[in-house]
Amino acid sequence: MKERVIRVTVNGRPYEQTVEVRRTLADFLRDDLELTGTHLGCEHGVCGACTVVVDGAAVRSCLLFAAQVNGAEIQTVEGLADGETLNPLQEAFREHHGLQCGFCTPGFLMTLTCFLRECPDPSEAEIREAIAGNLCRCTGYKNIVAAARAAARAIAGAT
Amino acid sequence: MKPPRFEYLAPVSVEETLGLLGDLGERAKVLAGGQSLVPLLNFRLVRPEHLVDLNGLAELNGIREDDGHLVIGAMTRQRAVERSALVRERCPLLAEAMPQIGHVQIRNRGTVGGSLAHADPAAELPAVVAALDGRLVLRSARGQRVLTSEQFFVAYFTTAAAPAELLVEVRLPMMPPRTGSAFMEISRRHGDFALVGVAATLTLDESGVCTASALALTGVGRTPVVAREAARALVGVRPTAEALAEVGRRVAAAVEPDSDLHASREYRIHLAGVLTRRALARAAERATGAP
Repeated sequence: MKERVIRVTVNGRPYEQTVEVRRTLADFLRDDLELTGTHLGCEHGVCGACTVVVDGAAVRSCLLFAAQVNGAEIQTVEGLADGETLNPLQEAFREHHGLQCGFCTPGFLMTLTCFLRECPDPSEAEIREAIAGNLCRCTGYKNIVAAARAAARAIAGAT
Repeated sequence: MKPPRFEYLAPVSVEETLGLLGDLGERAKVLAGGQSLVPLLNFRLVRPEHLVDLNGLAELNGIREDDGHLVIGAMTRQRAVERSALVRERCPLLAEAMPQIGHVQIRNRGTVGGSLAHADPAAELPAVVAALDGRLVLRSARGQRVLTSEQFFVAYFTTAAAPAELLVEVRLPMMPPRTGSAFMEISRRHGDFALVGVAATLTLDESGVCTASALALTGVGRTPVVAREAARALVGVRPTAEALAEVGRRVAAAVEPDSDLHASREYRIHLAGVLTRRALARAAERATGAP
């Protein structure tokens, strides 16, 4: 079978689509659902730009086939903000200049979304470990770490 | 950077999978976590006619104790092993190796069986299984085979598994009392494949004399390399700094790594000796109860 019908929920919205079985999840999100916030850097699992959340776990969407996520709940960077209002993590990235060109940013945001759920009060070392699988060629990571710490504080303060 | 065309099959049981593998033979490739296979597909370095996805095989997912062994199903995610209290308690060597594999996004998908079957000699899990003298359980439609790591790992990215066989689980003996272990590796950047890694275990008797030790290394050969002779030199002696340094020298003298882009043969030999000494020293401390 070279095609499959899949049903997925992406950012709370259900989709049913026919996909070629060799279509990666990243291409499915970008080209079929037109959710182009998920970026593709290396397409072989090194750069982390395409990181999305599948059933609660941060994964590389370039290393999964869309046919494999039938029934899954997926969150992409488009699912973070509430309309025009950035969520606390996005707001912290803006406030702390955690991005420059922005290409890697969706991957960092999705990695950190999962990480802060699992580790709500992280040390700097834990943050650096958590983002070790995401490459950024602009920031030198310092401001990304600062943004992650600020986001953790903001999320803790809000709850 | 898009995968070639293939037929996608998603069996729901091991029996069904073994039937497919028996029929398709070398025309099929099994897809576990995909963290090594999908890059190879994206680069079109492999072009299977059929991809048999194992992700629907719930029966291959899980960690359990069985008759003095820790048994890990082939489709157990690496992240699940990393977070398992049972693994931390019963197999600290494995627990210590897990976070050194790739990155968290990789471990969220990557599986134990996938890493073992991929048989990269730089990978952590094959060395852990080799050091612990674990067993790899292969099944086919015709039956089951249980292999040692030295039988299973044949060469670079090559195992003894036939095309019709599926790695279904790995069995690791639990470490005896007064046994310490350590997994150490050196990589150029965190999360990169290690240049050299060492898995070490060491058991002491009540007077502090070593009664057993095992060593397995990554990155110094075509398969995980078990340094049996060198480890045996520790049996019957106290793990003093000089004794451990001697084992490090023996390992360095015995390994035959190749030079590549990442490190020269000489540097790998140096690392093998140093990491052996350090890993054994940590294992000896832990054998006496240190964390």
